Amino acid sequence: MENSKKAFDNLFKFITFAGTITLFLTVLGIFISLVVESKQAIGSFGIIKFLTTTTWDPVKEIFGSATMLSGTVIITLIALLMAVPVAIGIAIFLVELCPDFLKGAFGTTIEMLASIPSIIYGMWGLFTVAPIMGNYIEPFLQRFFAPIPFFSILFRGTPLGIDILTASLVLSIMLIPFIASITRDTLNLTPVVLKESAYGMGATKWEVIKDIMLPHAKYGIYGSIVIAMGRALGETMAVAFVLGNNHKIPSSLLDAAATITVTLANEFTEADSDLYLSSLFYLALILFVLSFFILAIAKYILRRGSAK
Amino acid sequence: MQNNIKRRKIKNFVALSIAFLSALLGLFWLVFILFDLLREGIQYIRPELFLEDPAPPGLEGGGLRNAFVGQILIVIVAVVVGVPLGILGGTYLAEYGRNKRIAHFISTLADIMISIPAIVVGTFVYAVMVRPLGHFNGWAGGVSLAIIMLPIVVRTTEDMLKLIPDELREAAFALGAPYYKVIMQVVYRGAATGILTGVLLAIARVAGEAAPLLFTSFNNSFFTTNLNEPMPSLTVTIFQYAMGPYEDWHKIAWAASFVITFAILVVTILGRLLIKWRYRK
Repeated sequence: MENSKKAFDNLFKFITFAGTITLFLTVLGIFISLVVESKQAIGSFGIIKFLTTTTWDPVKEIFGSATMLSGTVIITLIALLMAVPVAIGIAIFLVELCPDFLKGAFGTTIEMLASIPSIIYGMWGLFTVAPIMGNYIEPFLQRFFAPIPFFSILFRGTPLGIDILTASLVLSIMLIPFIASITRDTLNLTPVVLKESAYGMGATKWEVIKDIMLPHAKYGIYGSIVIAMGRALGETMAVAFVLGNNHKIPSSLLDAAATITVTLANEFTEADSDLYLSSLFYLALILFVLSFFILAIAKYILRRGSAK
Repeated sequence: MQNNIKRRKIKNFVALSIAFLSALLGLFWLVFILFDLLREGIQYIRPELFLEDPAPPGLEGGGLRNAFVGQILIVIVAVVVGVPLGILGGTYLAEYGRNKRIAHFISTLADIMISIPAIVVGTFVYAVMVRPLGHFNGWAGGVSLAIIMLPIVVRTTEDMLKLIPDELREAAFALGAPYYKVIMQVVYRGAATGILTGVLLAIARVAGEAAPLLFTSFNNSFFTTNLNEPMPSLTVTIFQYAMGPYEDWHKIAWAASFVITFAILVVTILGRLLIKWRYRK
C-alpha cells in the first residue's frame, strides 16, 4: 500500500518533470536545428562577412545580412523612440491622474492594444495608415523639414507610405501596451511614505512623479523598454505589410527597407537552392540568438528592480 | 519666490497635460483600429463568408469556410499538444521543483521564451516537421502554435499554483494523502479557474499568429480536414488576400480580420473578468 503510493507519486513527479523538460528541450532543439540548417551558409560566408555584406542576390547566390540587420535595428529604434514617451505618459496618467473608477477599465483598454493580432496591425497599416502617411503626413513633413539641413536628408524621396516611417509608427503602437503596463506596475510600487514626505515639503505632483516615482521605477522602465525591443526585433506580420522588403541600406525615412523577419516571411517558401534556404536559416539563427539575449537582459534588469 | 512657485505650477500643469494627452493618444489608436475594422469588415459579414469556399481569383463572392475550419483544427492541435504539457511543466515548477535550481532556471527560460519571435519557431518546425515529410502539413502548424503556447501555459500554471496557500497542502498531507493526490485533488481544484484563464489567454495569443504558419501549415484554397495536407488558416489567408491585387479579396480579408479580432478580444476580456471574479480581494 505505502509502496504503491510512493510509486504513483514518483510516476506523477516524473510526468510533470517531463513537461518541464520539454520546454528546455524545445529551446535547445530550436538552437541546434537552426545551427545545423545554417551550416552551409556559415561555411560559405562565415560570420563577419555574412553580417557585413550588403548583397542579397539569390541568382548569383551571394548572401549577406547587413541590409536586413540595419533595417531591423533602425525600425526597432524609431519605434521605441515613438512608443516610450507615450507609454510612460500613459503609465503616469494611469497611476496619478486617472480617477479610481476608471483605472481598471482604462488599463484594460490599453492592454487590449496588445491582444490585437499583429496581422491586423499590418493590414490596417497597409490600407489605412499608409495612404494617410503617403498623401498627407509625409509630404507635410518634407515641406516642414526642408529648410533644416540634417532633417531634410531624412525625409528625402517620394512619399509612398510604404516605408520605414510608417512601419515604425505601426510597430510603436504595438509596443505601447507592453511598456505602459510594466511601467504602471512599477510606479504603483513606490512607497506611499516617500510620496507623502515629498508632498509635505510642498512639491508639486509633477515633481513627485519626476523626482520620486520615476527614479524609483527606473529598473522597471528600463526592463520594459528592453522587453519591447525584443518584441520589436521579432515582429513579423505588422512590418511585412508596410515595409516593402527592399534589400538596400536605407538612406531616408521614406525608403522601403527589409528586416530579418520580413525577409523570412516573404522568401522562405520561395528559396529554390540549398544555399539560399540555408542563408535564410542563418538569418533566423541570428534573430533567435539576438532576441534571446535581449530578453534575458530584460529579465535580469526587471529582477534587479524587484529585488530592491 | 512668488515667480518660482508660478513657474513650478505651470511646469506641473504642462507635464500632467502631456500625460493626459498620451493617454488620449493610446485610446485614439485603439478606437481608430477597431472602428476601421468594424467599418471595413462589417460589409462582407454574410452567411457565405462562413459557409462557402473561396471563389477562383478575380470572381466575385465566395467565402472562407475552409480557412475557418482549418484555423480551428490547427488551434485544436495546438491546445491538445501544448496545454497538457504546459500544465504538467508548471506543476513541476511550482510543486516538486520548489527551491530547486533547475526549476528556477526553466521558469526564467519560459519567461524569455514567451517573447521569442514566432517566425523563428516557424523556421524550426519547418526544419523538423515539414522538410523531413516533404510537404507542408496542418500538424506542423499546430505544433508551432503549441510551442508558442507552451511557455505561456507553464508560467501561468506555475503562478496560479503558487497562489494556493501551503496550509491547504499541509491539511491534506495530515490526512495521509500522497503528494500527487494533494496536487490533483486540492491544489488543482483551487487553481482551476486561474489555469483555465491562462489557457484562454494563451489561445487568444496564438489564434492570431500568422508568421509561424506561413511555412508550416502553409495555406490551401480548398476545404480539407486532413491534417497531413497543407492546411488553410484565417491568418495566412488574410495575409495573402490583403497583399493580393483584387478589390474583392481585400473586402474578404477585412471581414476575416474583423471576425478574428473580435473573437480574440472577447476571449481576452472573458479571461480577465474570470480572473477578477475569482481573485478579487
